[in-house]
Amino acid sequence: MSLHKLTLVELQKQFKAGEVTATEIVRAYFLRISHVESKVKALVTHAKESAFLQAETLDQKLKEWRKTKPLTGMPLAVKDNICTNGVRTTCSSRMLQDFIPPYDATVVAKLRAQEYILLGKTNLDEFAMGSSTENSAFGPSRNPWDLHRVPGGSSGGSAAAVAAEECVAALGSDTGGSIRQPAAFCGVVGLKPTYGRVSRYGLVAFASSLDQIGPITKDVSDAAFLLQAIAGHDPMDSTSVDRSVPDYMKALQKRDLKSLKVGVPVEFFAEGLDPDVERAVRAAIEELKSLGAEIREIRLPRTDAAVAVYYVIATAEASSNLARFDGVKFGFRAKETKDLLDLYMNTRQEGFGPEVKRRIMLGTYVLSAGYYDAYYGKAQAVRTLVCQDFDEAFQEVDLIVTPATPTPAFKLGEKSEDPLQMYLSDIFTISVNLAGLPAIALPCGVSREGLPIGLQLIGRAFEEETLLRAAHAYEQATPWHLKRPTIR
Amino acid sequence: MAITQQDVEKVARLARLTVTAVEQETFAKQLTQILAHVETLERYDTTGIEPTATVMGQTNVFRDDCVRPSLSSEQALANAPEQEADGFVVPKILEER
Repeated sequence: MSLHKLTLVELQKQFKAGEVTATEIVRAYFLRISHVESKVKALVTHAKESAFLQAETLDQKLKEWRKTKPLTGMPLAVKDNICTNGVRTTCSSRMLQDFIPPYDATVVAKLRAQEYILLGKTNLDEFAMGSSTENSAFGPSRNPWDLHRVPGGSSGGSAAAVAAEECVAALGSDTGGSIRQPAAFCGVVGLKPTYGRVSRYGLVAFASSLDQIGPITKDVSDAAFLLQAIAGHDPMDSTSVDRSVPDYMKALQKRDLKSLKVGVPVEFFAEGLDPDVERAVRAAIEELKSLGAEIREIRLPRTDAAVAVYYVIATAEASSNLARFDGVKFGFRAKETKDLLDLYMNTRQEGFGPEVKRRIMLGTYVLSAGYYDAYYGKAQAVRTLVCQDFDEAFQEVDLIVTPATPTPAFKLGEKSEDPLQMYLSDIFTISVNLAGLPAIALPCGVSREGLPIGLQLIGRAFEEETLLRAAHAYEQATPWHLKRPTIR
Repeated sequence: MAITQQDVEKVARLARLTVTAVEQETFAKQLTQILAHVETLERYDTTGIEPTATVMGQTNVFRDDCVRPSLSSEQALANAPEQEADGFVVPKILEER
């Protein structure tokens, strides 16, 4: 069996048993990349040379002393807004086109300590602002299931790379659904951890109160395995939470869902939901029931406020975070400038793409004198109400099940001229970020057009174990995680 | 509320962005549309509701004020668009008298 077809857990087992070397793994993956990458365009940077070098060093070391760590020799890809020491990190922006970080993000340092191999950096919507990767300064990635469709975004490159088997697993980041929506569109698993579970140090900040790094993988076990490697408190991120990390793989052992109460929010099954998506998600709910879960109808009445709240809070935070791109300390600088103000303005005009500018403008507007209370203050107060909805729901149920997206993957160009329509496509994923909760997207069916459909499970804060356990039980009872696209 | 092209120009200056005439027009239209959606939040009564800035409720997190290893000036300057004598180069800020 070709190495690229294995899951992370399977590949790790083979490697640990000495059945395959790190160099063989890296060779197999770059062969795979050479076959499909020109169609999928998931990668911004290929780290071929350093990957082979790392692999040879590992193989040499293991010859002398066979001691491996959980990720030794595992070929991963990392979203290109996560800093990698010595490897270009662009955020898919002209602004950072030549930026080479002098340090590793904490998650990358953790992977490095476990001897992972970086295959490349994956494409995203510029600064993670978008739902399709069409906002990348380097061109869009394609959905491996249908190359005329988007892979979702903003972690579209990571999801497409995993679906196209260009890496065994990848890291993404999720601010309003940027891990879960592309995972759903590409038929893979995407996990957004609880806010504070994983360090954000070295993740180029978009909206600091919402951003969270998480795994994108072929199945639920791999998600648990990779989450284990990156979770934990970090003194370098004051919002990361000092709380012990449970054994996530152990959480998968329980296969039935008896005594688990699962809520189905009526607001997520309203108009605008694609009939194929609804059918697949309803069938998944039946499956959870047959696994022993007790299904209850619940209400999250403030769901329809989430998009508006999000686009005020996220853009306000972004306008502040992106002020650092001034053409002085790092990144792009405009050529023709007469004074300092001119340098700032021209650098930012030429360095940022249209969506980033639009969001900076919106964020600046909602924070400006005279509008702060009406927009930003109001949005923060309604955010409290959205959190209360979840608090009340979780008094009654242990998990919430919803569709991950209202429709399967849309076509390239379909929404790119209409920002509001693009924003509204994130309606099912956004409220989770506002409340800081953990959620997982996993495949639960295929549309009539042959596109993957994603199920979303939402848990209580820091209850990733419950999420993973339920997702794993569902996955083991259904065939969807085994389906792979034919890339043509 | 309708966003005018003058509003766009003002906000762009606050955000240190130059916008072209074409962008002024599109942004005015798109921001008006997006803000109209945002204004639907008015139907939620938020009297007496505390705003949420961060979900985990952390306030200030302090560490000891001690010297730790950090980037060398060479590393810190490595990505600068222009550098000279251990510093970042910017256009002249003070006018000559």
